[in-house]
Amino acid sequence: MLRVTETEHVDFSSELLSKFGEIVKRYPEGKHKAALLPILHLVQAEYGWLSPASMERVAGYLDLKPIEVYEVATFYTMFFLRPQGKYVLEVCRTGPCCLVGAEKIMEHLENKLGVKEGEVTADGQFSWRGVECLAACGMGPVLQIGPEYTFHENLTSESVDQLLVDLKNKDLSI
Amino acid sequence: MAVIYIDNVPYEVKAGKNLLEACLSLGFDLPYFCWHPAMGSVGACRQCAVKLFKDDQDTKGRLVMSCMESVRDNLYCSIEDTTAKAFRSQVIEWLMTNHPHDCAVCDEGGSCHLQDMTVMTGHAYRRFNYKKRTYNNQYLGPLINHEMNRCIQCYRCVRFYKDYAGGKDLDVFAAHNNVYFGRATDGVLENEFSGNLAEVCPTGVFTDKTLKEHYTRKWDLTMAPSICQHCSLGCNIIAGERYGELRQITNRYNGDVNGYFICDRGRFGYEYVNSLNRIQHPLIRSHVPEAVNRETLFDHLKPLLSGKVIGVGSPRASLESNFALRQLVGENQFFSGVPETTAEMMEIILSVFNTGDVRIPSMKETEEADVVLILGEDLNNSAPRLALSVRQAVRNNPVEVANTINIPAWHDAALRELVQSEKGDCFIAYPVITKLDELASGTYYISPDEIARLGYAIANFLDPQASAVPDLQGNMQGHAVLIGNSLQKAKNPLIVTGVSLQNPSIIKAAAAIAAALGEGDRKAMLAVVVPDCNSMGLAMMNAPSILNSTALSTIGSPDTLIILENDLFSISQEAQISEILDRSTNIIVLDHLHNPTSARADIVIPVGTFSEADGTLVNNEGRAQAYFQVYMPKNENLRESWRWLSDLKNLRDGTTDANNVTPHDLIRQLADKMPQFTGADQAMPTADLRIKDQKIPREPHRYSGRTAMNANLDVSEPKPPSDPDTPLSFTMEGYKGLQPAPLNSFFWSPGWNSNQSVHKYQMEVGGALYGGNPGVRLFNHINPGDRSYMNGIPPRFKPDKENWEMLPLPHLFGSEALSSLSKGIAELSPQPYVAINSMDAESLNVDEGSILQVIIEGVQYELPVKIKPELPARTAGLPYNLQELTGIKWPAHGQLVKG
Repeated sequence: MLRVTETEHVDFSSELLSKFGEIVKRYPEGKHKAALLPILHLVQAEYGWLSPASMERVAGYLDLKPIEVYEVATFYTMFFLRPQGKYVLEVCRTGPCCLVGAEKIMEHLENKLGVKEGEVTADGQFSWRGVECLAACGMGPVLQIGPEYTFHENLTSESVDQLLVDLKNKDLSI
Repeated sequence: MAVIYIDNVPYEVKAGKNLLEACLSLGFDLPYFCWHPAMGSVGACRQCAVKLFKDDQDTKGRLVMSCMESVRDNLYCSIEDTTAKAFRSQVIEWLMTNHPHDCAVCDEGGSCHLQDMTVMTGHAYRRFNYKKRTYNNQYLGPLINHEMNRCIQCYRCVRFYKDYAGGKDLDVFAAHNNVYFGRATDGVLENEFSGNLAEVCPTGVFTDKTLKEHYTRKWDLTMAPSICQHCSLGCNIIAGERYGELRQITNRYNGDVNGYFICDRGRFGYEYVNSLNRIQHPLIRSHVPEAVNRETLFDHLKPLLSGKVIGVGSPRASLESNFALRQLVGENQFFSGVPETTAEMMEIILSVFNTGDVRIPSMKETEEADVVLILGEDLNNSAPRLALSVRQAVRNNPVEVANTINIPAWHDAALRELVQSEKGDCFIAYPVITKLDELASGTYYISPDEIARLGYAIANFLDPQASAVPDLQGNMQGHAVLIGNSLQKAKNPLIVTGVSLQNPSIIKAAAAIAAALGEGDRKAMLAVVVPDCNSMGLAMMNAPSILNSTALSTIGSPDTLIILENDLFSISQEAQISEILDRSTNIIVLDHLHNPTSARADIVIPVGTFSEADGTLVNNEGRAQAYFQVYMPKNENLRESWRWLSDLKNLRDGTTDANNVTPHDLIRQLADKMPQFTGADQAMPTADLRIKDQKIPREPHRYSGRTAMNANLDVSEPKPPSDPDTPLSFTMEGYKGLQPAPLNSFFWSPGWNSNQSVHKYQMEVGGALYGGNPGVRLFNHINPGDRSYMNGIPPRFKPDKENWEMLPLPHLFGSEALSSLSKGIAELSPQPYVAINSMDAESLNVDEGSILQVIIEGVQYELPVKIKPELPARTAGLPYNLQELTGIKWPAHGQLVKG
């Protein structure tokens, strides 16, 4: 459940707003609510998550009630309603992966990163969560890493550790 | 008609329905959740699965959702099929995995659709051993309680609240196993129909919070069929009592009137019955002590009744009570206790209805309109249930496309997708924004006189013989042509008007439009909103208003003035009412609550409210409907007004009734005396009606505790009270089968404990109740040709700097005095205000919230300013009849001075 508590003001950049304008133009007049999904994607790409304030701002932009935006944003699991790490590790938690140790991988991630599912590490680099089937049942356990959605199969505790190291190094090298 | 085969037995059913409706109409028990008879099918819950076969040779078949299957000729299906049964029980089992084990402490228990369906499918043992999903609940205001853990995700609440009732603040969040139905944040539900969530929800997520204050299970309530007292529409309700306290109001289905829904004022406005302010004893002010017994009262009254006695009837008292008063004081001494302008408007309405020029629609019929014109009413606040009907009507035009592409009318999901935000034409002329404006294709924020003039201009456009409107403002002719054209093209146009703005010309103009629109089969519908639950009935008695100047001259100075269930000080200025009261030597007031009028009375007689009395009311469409006493009050003084008044007549005449006078007797006498009430006696059954020699019980057969509930007072079980007035009994004994529709004390059927059992009482799902919907339509006496109501176009409205036109603005909560005594409703009522537009505010040099002195006929009110930019210049809106603002004589003009 969404908790609407924050009231901080969000101002979208003019660049972002012009992108919104392009999207709204795709739809017939009076049906601008259809632009909601792509606009929310843009907002999430910009801020990393959808804060209640940013959703309110989107509602204002599309002349909707904020509750209509919350309804959509909460429905889709790929919209983040809490701040996320730079890398979001999404571990498949559907049947076949669980049979080959997905739960252990998640437990390992929790211990290694020191944060619970959906939370962010103190350095703001990582968060992790379980997701539904990633369509690689023969190669489980699997995880994907947003926002680029790179894919990693046949996971073990060791390969996950290596992955985390690689991600940290990748970050330093930039 | 189509022949379908259910488990190889042929049945003839109506084509065009869905299979679930057909099965339920045939009397089969088929479980369902997401389908609702008023809201159609979405096929979401998968609970109503049946096996469908290709033909009679097919043995394999396939599972389908019966709510999504059209009935057609030669359809073969099976309800009893083992796979279908197993499927249905699995669906329940999985819905129940997270459902709490709290039936024993849940408000819904005993009238819970989920309980019924769980028992019906045979799911008796929970195999789910894991932790249940839990939620945080929200505060949804003083009327509705929220308990999300019980939710089974049928989506009915949002489908009702958003799609059907147009609510904006309840929605569904998230997906999968986390679906949450609620508001974005805690807060009061804003929609006028939120109370229906308690009935629409198949389980205990949304429940009646006022019931919690004095909780009783449905099976422990003594219930009676009743009529809502809080506006003129006459919605049918069931009122329930225990321990001498009225505890719950629920909807009572009437296919012609309210259907499945009532408004929050009607559902939650009952608490005045339990008020500490009730008059409990006869009071003689000159007596010490004031409270007296019946003998002393009668001794004291006898000499007072022999002189010149004037009676003042009431628009909120039953026909029986008004008639009993008229019988007591005599025809020429009987006056109506309604404001003069209201009386004038009621007279116009009656003359229009009597001409037969227009079709007077039932609320159900208004839902069939394709173009709607509302002149001078804010329906959500003055006649809320009608606003819900208009909301359905504007969908009729766009929905028509569905017929051409074979989408059946019950397929809600497809229809909503098809229609989206398309709407038929709806025009609203009212001085301020109303909630229905969001549906309107044209809104006109104009003064009452201008509304009437717009109406007359439309009538003139439709029928050039109707008088032309001189000096039309700006583009008004263009608007009139636009509206007129749309109405002319409509198949089933509806004009809605009413008395709210206290402007008789508006009613005349609306009638002129309806009359101009068509004759014979093409007669247009004219729905009229009148003030109180029996305003129409009282007006039909043709008594002049007590405030009318000619009436006043005939009154002179009476010996005794009898005022029936009416707080005169609330309907006009104190000075005017005092002048009338001062004329009389003695004032007798019969009422159930102390009020300023009873405070002035020399003698006060306590009477029963609607829950302690039987009676008949005539609603805004002229439908006579009976309401029945719910319980016998412990206090023997709380008797029906008509019984007191009949006693007083006997007392004066020195006669005694051989038999107990019953409400039916009174109505029959009334119909004999006044032919306009012919048929009204059909609405109130005779007291001796029996079914299989039995009375009809007010209590369900599971009513518990009757041997023990009064044991603190008396260990022996007291004799139950008898009811000599009606065919109902005050106990659980009596005829257990299907009752005649007007006498449905509660809806219950084996296996169906919740109000969903109503389909067992209908001839077909969503259709009329067995024996016809209750109520008898009057107005069959046509008086054609008299179109005098057409005259009287008011001159153009001229803003007057010194003399502002005051506009009474009704509020759902606050404008009706009795419901305002409910705690929750009082909390939600607005604070007094004066509304003006931005330019007027500027010229007065005030802002939102600044205090203005409003002076109406010498009476001064200090009110905070509310800016309503759309208000016409030099008009000021006041919340109508708010406790702090009663006693204004409408229509009113006044001065606004910065405080």
